[in-house]
Amino acid sequence: MSTLSPRQIAKTTPGAARVRGGDPGGGLFRRVGAWWRQAAPPAGLIAALVAGWEWAVRAFGVPPYILPPPSQIATVLVADRAILLGDAAVTLVEVLLGFAVAFVIGVALALAIVSSRTVERAVYPLVIASQTVPVFAIAPLLIVWFGYGMASKVAMAALIVFFPIVVNTVDGLRAADEDLVNLLRILGAGRRRILLTIRIPAALPFVFSGVRIAVATSVIGAVIGEWVGATRGLGFDMIHANAQLHIDRVFAAIVYLSAMALALFGAVSALEWAALPWRRDGTR
Amino acid sequence: MKRFPASGAPAGAGGPWVEALAGVSVSVAEHEFVTLLGPSGCGKSTLCNIVAGLFRPDAGTVSLDGALIDGTRGRVAYMQQKDLLLPWRTVLGNATLGLEVQGVDRALARAEARDLLREFGLEGFDAAYPAALSGGMRQRVALVRTLLCRHDMLVLDEPFGALDAMTRAAMQEYLLRLRSEFHRTVLFITHDVEEAVLLSDRIYVLTNRPGRVRAVLRAQGPGARRAADPEVVSLKAEILDLLRGVAAGAAR
Repeated sequence: MSTLSPRQIAKTTPGAARVRGGDPGGGLFRRVGAWWRQAAPPAGLIAALVAGWEWAVRAFGVPPYILPPPSQIATVLVADRAILLGDAAVTLVEVLLGFAVAFVIGVALALAIVSSRTVERAVYPLVIASQTVPVFAIAPLLIVWFGYGMASKVAMAALIVFFPIVVNTVDGLRAADEDLVNLLRILGAGRRRILLTIRIPAALPFVFSGVRIAVATSVIGAVIGEWVGATRGLGFDMIHANAQLHIDRVFAAIVYLSAMALALFGAVSALEWAALPWRRDGTR
Repeated sequence: MKRFPASGAPAGAGGPWVEALAGVSVSVAEHEFVTLLGPSGCGKSTLCNIVAGLFRPDAGTVSLDGALIDGTRGRVAYMQQKDLLLPWRTVLGNATLGLEVQGVDRALARAEARDLLREFGLEGFDAAYPAALSGGMRQRVALVRTLLCRHDMLVLDEPFGALDAMTRAAMQEYLLRLRSEFHRTVLFITHDVEEAVLLSDRIYVLTNRPGRVRAVLRAQGPGARRAADPEVVSLKAEILDLLRGVAAGAAR
């Protein structure tokens, strides 16, 4: 590479550290250009696939109750938006609540596992063994225990994201450089301060990667819960439409679900960017 | 003085142990600059870790101002070869770390750190993260953090070992200034003979593991010494002879 990146300039020019926060002149265009070079190939591929789908459905005369063309799905997407968005809101609340429950319990458990050998020996094998139980298989039980309302879906979403959160947080809390821990010890710091100053900041990148996996899968959890028994939500919508052979509406619900998962993924990435300023320049 | 399990054997398993130091007695007077010089693996870092309170010695004692401090942490300022900056903290946040642990008021700590960072040529980098700094700058931040600990006793374990020759020379200048302006007592570890001769009042030459004191030499004290001065050259030659003897002893 022949041109200097802003990061290299910051390294070589004294006093340039201040520039890093601001946007140097012309940087915006360059950034949009770079973004476009990244986004164009996948966008082009998606457009080609959708066009091919549309063409194939029309050319081979596939009936819409088997596979509707994308244009028909788009029509439903817009026409039924009031109902679909209302159901999407229900699913989103389930996902967020389930995720929040799993995050609080998961992080607390990870802290307990890391700070006590006994807890680790007792709990960690159970946490890992719990992964062999197919969570979907317990979905009917959750309906029995928590009812047809929101609670059973929250429980389902929480169960599915619990594992990646615990495991990543435990790994992260253990990933701290022991030399840094010793530095704090030599300075006279106690366990609590070492946890707050070293272990938790060092764990954050791991926690975020766990959370990024978790938000996408928590949508799956909520939908499965809705399939098994619900009165609202996008999963309920899909089951209903499927039974009536409204396949276009099933697809419309899927589009909304994917958009939700993508938005959640993006929100976590944005949060990570804001929370970990020291990792922004690709220091991975 | 201190034994460690040899590599591979878990601690406390009763397996083979390595004796890192044996009968080493080192004293540092107030405002003195004392250097420990020896081959790698002679236990220099172990000694530092014991003085810093990270390990307890298996035998022997450490005292500071007449009080026993073995196993007591937070009594001396300690700096290592690795800069050990926290990557998630800015330069200013790293510099104030020691003061923060000591419970010093945040605003006061920041003001002190800003002053000292300026002294060490780091003005304008307060808000930068360590990843954006060069090796020499990072090591200067570590030096500022060490100095700010407000302990009179500095233990410096090969602090410039990972730096290139030019940066190293600049850092030695800073260290000499530190001596003349900040009046600290320094226990310095190095395996660089010239560095030892240029900086120290007294030099302890250590043998191979288990480390023992082979000789104690008096250097010229602080001030304008150059690598080409005849006394410096002859002292260097004397130390190199001693070290060669150490190496020959190890080979036998």
